[in-house]
Amino acid sequence: MTAHQPDLKATRIAGGVHTDQKHDSAHKHVTGEAIYIDDMPEPRGTLHGCLGLSTVTHGRIVNIDLSAVRAAPGVVDVLTSADVPGVNDISPTGRNDEPVLADGLVQFYGQPIFCVIAETREQARRACKLAKVEYEELPFVLDIAGLDVAKDRLVTPNLTLVRGDAAAAIAKAPRRIKGQVRHGGQDHFYLEGQISMAVPGEDGDVTVYCSTQHPSEVQHMVGHALGVPSHAVTVEVRRMGGGFGGKETQGNQFAALAAIAAKRIGRAVKIRPDRDDDMTATGKRHDFLIDYEVGFDDEGNILGVEYTYGARCGFSSDLSGPVTDRALFHCDNAYFYPAVKAVSAPFYTNTVSNTAFRGFGGPQGMIGAERVIDEVAFATGKDPLEIRRKNFYGTTDRNVTPYHQTVEDNIIHRIFDELEQSADYAGRRREINAFNNNSRFIKRGLALTPVKFGISFTATHYNQAGALVHVYTDGSVHLNHGGTEMGQGLNTKVAQVVAEEFQIDIDRVKITATTTGKVPNTSATAASSGADLNGMAAQNGARQIKTRLIEFAADKYNVEKDQIEFLPNRVRVGNQEIPFTELIAQAYLARVQLSAAGFYKTPKIHWDRSKGQGRPFYYFAYGAACAEVSVDVLTGEYMVERVDILHETGRSLNPALDLGQVEGAFIQGMGWLTTEELWWDEKGRLRTHAPSTYKIPLASDRPKIFNVKLASWAENAENTVHKSKAVGEPPFMLGMAVYHALTDAVASVADHKIHPQLDAPATPERVLMAIEKLKAAR
Amino acid sequence: MAKALPRSEIRFLLNNERVALSDVSPDETLLDYLRLRRNLRGTKEGCAEGDCGACTVLVGRLLAGRLVYESVNACIRFLGSLDATHVVTVEHLKGADGKLHPVQQAMVDFHGSQCGFCTPGFVMSLYALWMREPNPSDAEIEKALQGNLCRCTGYEAIVRSARAISGYGKVSNDPLLGERNAVIGQLTAMRDGARVEIGAGKHRFIVPATADDFARVLEAEPNATVVAGSTDVGLWVTKHMRDISPVVFIGGIEDLKSVAETDGVITLGAGVTYTEAFDVLANRIPALGSLIDRIGGQQVRNMGTIGGNIANGSPIGDTPPPLIALGATLTLRRGDSRRTIALEDYFIAYGKQDRAPGEFVEAVHVPVPKEGTHFAVYKISKRRDEDITSTLGAFYLEVSNGTVTSIRIAYGGMAATPKRARSVEAALLGKSWNEATIEAALDAFAADFSPLTDMRATAEYRALAARNLLVRFHAETTGTKAPIQISRAA
Repeated sequence: MTAHQPDLKATRIAGGVHTDQKHDSAHKHVTGEAIYIDDMPEPRGTLHGCLGLSTVTHGRIVNIDLSAVRAAPGVVDVLTSADVPGVNDISPTGRNDEPVLADGLVQFYGQPIFCVIAETREQARRACKLAKVEYEELPFVLDIAGLDVAKDRLVTPNLTLVRGDAAAAIAKAPRRIKGQVRHGGQDHFYLEGQISMAVPGEDGDVTVYCSTQHPSEVQHMVGHALGVPSHAVTVEVRRMGGGFGGKETQGNQFAALAAIAAKRIGRAVKIRPDRDDDMTATGKRHDFLIDYEVGFDDEGNILGVEYTYGARCGFSSDLSGPVTDRALFHCDNAYFYPAVKAVSAPFYTNTVSNTAFRGFGGPQGMIGAERVIDEVAFATGKDPLEIRRKNFYGTTDRNVTPYHQTVEDNIIHRIFDELEQSADYAGRRREINAFNNNSRFIKRGLALTPVKFGISFTATHYNQAGALVHVYTDGSVHLNHGGTEMGQGLNTKVAQVVAEEFQIDIDRVKITATTTGKVPNTSATAASSGADLNGMAAQNGARQIKTRLIEFAADKYNVEKDQIEFLPNRVRVGNQEIPFTELIAQAYLARVQLSAAGFYKTPKIHWDRSKGQGRPFYYFAYGAACAEVSVDVLTGEYMVERVDILHETGRSLNPALDLGQVEGAFIQGMGWLTTEELWWDEKGRLRTHAPSTYKIPLASDRPKIFNVKLASWAENAENTVHKSKAVGEPPFMLGMAVYHALTDAVASVADHKIHPQLDAPATPERVLMAIEKLKAAR
Repeated sequence: MAKALPRSEIRFLLNNERVALSDVSPDETLLDYLRLRRNLRGTKEGCAEGDCGACTVLVGRLLAGRLVYESVNACIRFLGSLDATHVVTVEHLKGADGKLHPVQQAMVDFHGSQCGFCTPGFVMSLYALWMREPNPSDAEIEKALQGNLCRCTGYEAIVRSARAISGYGKVSNDPLLGERNAVIGQLTAMRDGARVEIGAGKHRFIVPATADDFARVLEAEPNATVVAGSTDVGLWVTKHMRDISPVVFIGGIEDLKSVAETDGVITLGAGVTYTEAFDVLANRIPALGSLIDRIGGQQVRNMGTIGGNIANGSPIGDTPPPLIALGATLTLRRGDSRRTIALEDYFIAYGKQDRAPGEFVEAVHVPVPKEGTHFAVYKISKRRDEDITSTLGAFYLEVSNGTVTSIRIAYGGMAATPKRARSVEAALLGKSWNEATIEAALDAFAADFSPLTDMRATAEYRALAARNLLVRFHAETTGTKAPIQISRAA
């Protein structure tokens, strides 16, 4: 950006909050000039690593012969677990169950056992294939079907939520249904795969450039694995090519190995796994098997419900505890349960350890809630829309969640009503019924589903953030904060907040790479919290400087502090207006500190996991989607005909970016529930580990008609940054509308008299098999 | 007839620079060359298998004297195959004055990027589209983007950008168009009629000058890896790290690229890409055109050849079943001797084809269905576009006075080779073409096919869908107005 003269007469700064702003890197994205870690200039002599992965699903390593690997061209070093100088563990929750490199025992097919370091990446990859590892194979558990939370191995203690006596309410209810729904996991498929480059420094220090959502954790894990204090490790990331939760903990392994190798050899080491290795060796969204029993009346009022959420966690805990907790926190979605019991079952399996993924268990929780709604609707012969509305949380009563938090900001009724109108649900329901009556091979389906998503890390201590704001003597601003940029536009939003605070044009604010050396002890950029937390921290930093400027100006110009006002690119001091740049220059000469470390912690929240009670969420975000699909009853193929979305992000900091988040999240959610299928063979090998076999949505999978709106009237009831709301995760669950529309279309085969019990992902195969089941039953 | 002596370097244009290279390994990809050797890091690696499009670049080449630019996947395109081409990367788009190209500016203004990693690839795919169609329909945009994955935007903003490009500038002002004549001159000069031979041992490759030259090369090197579009062999290298030397690159041989129709038979040279075949096939055999639209992404269709799809013998290649149903034949050539066989006889067993050492597929001959006959092909995959088939059925039918007088049905994904449904055909031939006949014939599928379960579909689904495709085919021949298939059309 070339410097320009700030407009000193402007009535509004360029780039303030609540305005559409382009992503700060957009012009670099389109030219290829945006630098990702693999694009950085490599230090002279940089080496490359490749991980050797296990070829059995569960087994003891009897013998490992790496001589051919070591002798291969270009190989400089080969690391095994014995070469980890510190602790051979990268468990993010301290459960000590996730080795950097397998030590004697392998627990899933594709677990890293050794790491080859060679002059080129190609040489490292080729050398990896020369290892001879002998195993004593052990029995393995792949699937969670049939596992029992009371008897089978869990990776972490489970959670139970109880409000009222659900069993009694169900027993007393006029009608009862018991069932099970299964849905698949999901690979993140960030376009930029995992990557770390470690550069050794003096005094045993190391700097790691890592594509991570959680630089502080990478710093801790690298320090832990190296056996050095955190101060010896600096982690930096300018941007990621996508994260979606897949880079919350999953970068730790690559960072740790690159750092260990870099320090051993004294040269920079880069590890960038091939896409297939990335998808094989890193965790994904948890798939769940949800058992439910619901008691209800003839009108479709839910009276009591019980859930067990079984999750395939993989071989270690990773984040499975908080993920399965969050599933329970969303077993209600937007519905009030008079009595409820929900139990999580984070099962150990011999699969890759599942991890965070946009929604973090929330989507999985809601699948249970919406399945129960559909069951009740089919049982009572009513449109699911009616059952949904009937069971919504109230605004003043019927508003206590299964975790005993009162829903104080409920706006789902308005969202739902507006969308029902704008999407013409009733009219289209009639049209679809008429169409289906006259169409033998193609059936249409329609569904309108709500989303209520809790915002805050459920680990309360994570809800803090720091920022570093420098104002230089020319009035330009250097901004740094603990959040990471993965495409969501966080840096743009935080810069808007700082520009707004100082009332300077946004191009005066420089966004810089996230680094543990500038802002310490940060939380993951996760849980949709990036702008909420870091925006507030940056605002706080800017306000500290502003306070000093006001004190300085009041003193220098002898005016009351309330006579000082920050106007666009200038400051009114009494009766005169001083350009911001000039005031800064004056303040510097007067020895005013023009740098501040901002800090923020979310108020009001608390959570007692042992009791299953508290206020884990500061507020909720709401939205709804209405989807129409057409389904081929001969093949199960389908097309998304139309989707209407109304989603709220409070008073949006940047509606253009928020719209992009809503659209993108919806498509990603739709992909999870439709074409994205993880498939393991009988030997325990994941066979869908590349885009050739794992199918995320394409441009041609978009709804043919796609009307997406932000609720312009919404604002956060809580005192968040400029009354905005988080947007990263909540719209992901709007994708459920497509899944339920598919269910609706399938159900038309049997006149909506039988619930199809369509599981997810609803591939053409599952759709066709559900149709066949209905045809046989009708 | 290689006029000149073999040449030991390849020559091509990279953006605005003339490149001559003799230190090229046959398995060196264009992407590695760009990123590692040239430090052009705007082009990204997302998957290294031609599915995600993050590595999309343009390759311009002379085709019948015209200069054509097409999007390709640099990750699976071998450097050695680029002789006499113009490689254009994302770095070439921005003006010397720093001004963004219309494609880039539209992507910025319509928020078409989020994380930005896929973006250079999208820009290049949209650039290729814009050059040939400045005002594309949504269907054309979607088709151009089938080979580009974006995980952030949900594509809506990218499609909005694509619709708006021409508002930012005219194709006639595009820099590539301005330098067109100079490029044609340079590429023409590079085509000196010489065979290229580079390297030795495990690093050897040959680029024959002509089809005749290719025949001689293969006769002398019967174990060579023949690479036309590299959409398959590319993965042998990037994923399996197989040694493929010696390699013969035939994608640039112009006399393997003929598309001609004689007496109702379309003959496609073995080097004809899907894209090059598209216009003629879509016009003459529309069902094949629709199928080609669902093979790979645009980049893969720009590289992959129908000859290669046949020659590699895959049981899930998409073109063999419909070509078998149409009664296509193959010309196989070894040296100067040629033989012609029915396409279905080419596929002997899994991994085994009727092709002798030193022999190659020279051309495929596709009869155009006559007026009044019925032909259809249906592909089923988990995702509609850019996916590998779980099952694919192709049907050719002649009905006379309500009776089936000729029927050929072939399936892919149902057996170890593309295969005729002979029992089903027998159950239909000579019968009345009606629902009762179809119903009665369905059980014959079990005699023809015992499909497998894999990551794409279960055996049960494949078997059921295969049967149902016959039901669909019948329904479509009845002329009913009710919808029979889902459609992307608005």
